[in-house]
Amino acid sequence: MPVLAFLILFPFAVAFILFFMKKDSKGRSVIATGGALAELVAAVCFAADNFLHHDLTMGTYYLSETHTADMVIAAGELCLMLLVFSQAIKHHKYYILFLSALGTIPALYLDLTGISETSSAHLKVDHLTVIMVLIVGIVGSLICIYAVGYIRDYHHHHTEYQDRSGYFLSMLFVFLGAMMGLISSDNLSWMYFFWEITSVCSFLLIGYSKTPEAVTNSFRALWMNLLGGCGFMAAIVFCVCVMEITNISQLLLFATIPAMAVFPVAMLSFAALTKSAQMPFCRWLLGAMVAPTPTSALLHSATMVKAGVYLLLRLSPMMYGTYTGIMVTVIGGFTFFAASLLAITVSDGKKILAYSTISNLGLITAAAGCGISEAVWAGIMLLIFHAVTKSMMFMSVGAYENSTGSRDVEDMHGMIVRYPKLAFVMTIGIFGMSVVPMGMCVAKWAALKAFIDSGYVYLTLFLCFGSASTMFYWIKWLGKIFSVSRESRKHEDTVHRSEWAAIYPLTFTAMLLCLVYPIISAFVVNPYVQTAFNGSLNRLTAPGPADDLAGSGPELIAAISTEDFVIMGVMLICMCILPLGMKYVNTVQERRVLSYMSGFNTGNDRSFYDSQGEEKEQFLSNWYMNEVFGEKKLLRPCLMLTSAFLIVIMTACTIGGLFI
Amino acid sequence: MTVYGTVAVIIYLLCSPFIACFMSGVDRVVTARMQGRRGPSVLQPWYDLAKLFAKESTSVNNIQKILVMAHCFFAIFSGAVFFAGGDILLVFFSLTMAEVFLILAAYSVNAAYSGMGAQRELLQMMAYEPMILLTAVGFYLSVGSFRVEDIMSASLPAVVKMPGFFIGFCFMLVIKLRKSPFDLSTSHHAHQEVIKGLTGDLSGPAYGFSELAELYEEVLMLGIVGLFFITSDPRSFLAAAVAIVIVMFCMSLIDNIFPRVKWETLLKAAWVVTFFAGGANLVILSFIS
Repeated sequence: MPVLAFLILFPFAVAFILFFMKKDSKGRSVIATGGALAELVAAVCFAADNFLHHDLTMGTYYLSETHTADMVIAAGELCLMLLVFSQAIKHHKYYILFLSALGTIPALYLDLTGISETSSAHLKVDHLTVIMVLIVGIVGSLICIYAVGYIRDYHHHHTEYQDRSGYFLSMLFVFLGAMMGLISSDNLSWMYFFWEITSVCSFLLIGYSKTPEAVTNSFRALWMNLLGGCGFMAAIVFCVCVMEITNISQLLLFATIPAMAVFPVAMLSFAALTKSAQMPFCRWLLGAMVAPTPTSALLHSATMVKAGVYLLLRLSPMMYGTYTGIMVTVIGGFTFFAASLLAITVSDGKKILAYSTISNLGLITAAAGCGISEAVWAGIMLLIFHAVTKSMMFMSVGAYENSTGSRDVEDMHGMIVRYPKLAFVMTIGIFGMSVVPMGMCVAKWAALKAFIDSGYVYLTLFLCFGSASTMFYWIKWLGKIFSVSRESRKHEDTVHRSEWAAIYPLTFTAMLLCLVYPIISAFVVNPYVQTAFNGSLNRLTAPGPADDLAGSGPELIAAISTEDFVIMGVMLICMCILPLGMKYVNTVQERRVLSYMSGFNTGNDRSFYDSQGEEKEQFLSNWYMNEVFGEKKLLRPCLMLTSAFLIVIMTACTIGGLFI
Repeated sequence: MTVYGTVAVIIYLLCSPFIACFMSGVDRVVTARMQGRRGPSVLQPWYDLAKLFAKESTSVNNIQKILVMAHCFFAIFSGAVFFAGGDILLVFFSLTMAEVFLILAAYSVNAAYSGMGAQRELLQMMAYEPMILLTAVGFYLSVGSFRVEDIMSASLPAVVKMPGFFIGFCFMLVIKLRKSPFDLSTSHHAHQEVIKGLTGDLSGPAYGFSELAELYEEVLMLGIVGLFFITSDPRSFLAAAVAIVIVMFCMSLIDNIFPRVKWETLLKAAWVVTFFAGGANLVILSFIS
């Protein structure tokens, strides 16, 4: 318990101190870095302790008497609401007042009248919690370390923005604390409180630069997340008043009488869809790009959007064969496919990453909606790999931007010569996201198998088409990095030390994960999946996987057999020896020739003589297919389609859940 | 890995270039006859390949050659996994990996035609990838396993349950084997608008490696065509061989009668075929099983 309390409260304490250290100083850097490191170490210790000394299968419960804490949380909720009110009035966004009040007032009512007071535990630690603690603790803390150096460079380059870096770092830590609280809460009201903190925090971080664009985008993020929060609140009210339960683990017990739980599950899923930026709510995450890169890295990889899919994965056993399940799988699968098409058409590095996040979250969402054990296995694996790889990608794009002033993929031409270290990291990242021996694709593979087994044909189709377009946008990015311009030189690397301190460990982790994921699977993911889908929940498990689960040992969910794993290991080793092979091949002296340019090459591979005999410079650009998949053409119909679908299913679930 | 698997892999590794060269030679003769020409010797592709390796090794930069070699390695590797009876999805994934290296090699030279070829190759991958993955799914649904070994020991040829997948797969084969009308990224013919595109800046042994990889890939692809027909009955191998010959003949025919299409048409056609042939078959199969 003390470690868990430390994990949740310590970031808030660090945030409090940082908030008052407005000027950039050595002391502040030390506090921020030290705080992040302490959090990281605590997360690892917490995980180790839980593995060695606790029975995670049953889960460990904490805090059943919480009157004081409840009052603190009520006060916190009130503060959040007032904060949102002041911002909304300041910027004349009055609809925000309504959304915020709609979510918060019932919460305050439940807290103050004591209706929701309960003697059951408020915090619960099981395998999934431990996985999330590790992700948030390691990836999140590294992002905070990265931010220390990044924000200094950021204000060095952007003198037009007011330097509020102390506030910025402080918000990042608040985020960490809120996330830790969210993943360890079992009590729905507590979870809601932390959920709202992340919403408000992301709003503040997105609006950091105070430009009109930033303000607009931050309010978009706020209203979408508050709307989700209202859904969350509706679920809580229903749970407390009708079902007389307060905890998510109690809600899961209703899997045997699903008709009772239709409404809360649908509402919670709705909240999760907004938080995970699924269509039609994906625009808030795209808008979040305006914020400094650590914000994006944190929102996209370890926190915020992961809170949504975390909740969906938790609720997954309730979704097999229900309308909510159909809603979640269709929205997730469609988002996976559509976002990957949209990613083809953009050239801004961060925007590609944003679309890719939306797309990958769609896949996790779809996996959760399937409601079978194999799919949840794949979903959790995707979540782990995505957190590590995506944060690393964001950080290297951010570092590149600080070095060169651009984050456009077109400007990454020939990066392999100019910034070899960053190019190496990005190559690992892109391979990690797109090709097979690396993590993401392995999980995708498991997802494909789960989709087939669950009988959701449309998911199989979405996955097949979506992976094809995913390939397109990643590899053309990689191609840009690999283009070698003759006579280009290595540039001086101005990436801050604290940035490397975060990027290197993550790169290492990303590679290590490809080799150790069977261990993670055997000791963490499998036990969780087994517990979540056992016993009374048999009905929910599709034919097949349940039997597999019961009989087999550590190798369990056999989407990827040992043989395949060995073959992939061989592939991975071959890829790793590639740079060495390059050295060897290049020891043989051979003639260098000019590239083919149709017109006569002027001798430097950069320009040619055209048909008039004039020297023309060659300019190469990537292919964006804007006329086919352009944002202008595709985004709006996608949003309308998904909105209509969502409204229909949500209405059905509400009517069905409340009145039938 | 079984004894049969080991033997099959060894035969594949040693004989594929000869088999594929021979088929390519026959293809050229057949094509010539369709056009009323006499055509080259059947051994011509073999001479071409041997000549490439005898040439001086030149390259545009220091990463080009290793990338092409990696391409060749992974292409051969995927075939080996297939003939060893491994997981067919892994075969496809590894093949994708191989393609990626060739595309990177083309990107690395930083030239207009290579670059254009590389991006067109990416487009072609995007066009055929869904159907290729769906084919694997189809095998899984009809036989119950992704493993080639198990698919081969079925009692009924897979094609009976998955005709849609077979049609779709053959369609993608036209793209994969770079036949007109879908040879956008690079072509076997000289009259192509991006002048060898993807492989435009490869020469000598490096080009030889890319050609060699293509030969191995061709054998692998035809192996998959055969897989649709093979059962535990040894006679089915004969049926598979006949099917392969017919498919090859159709490829030559298509190559000869259709002019090259624009990329939009390629993508649309490929996805429409995937959706209707593959998708419909998938729906039916998942209802049956």
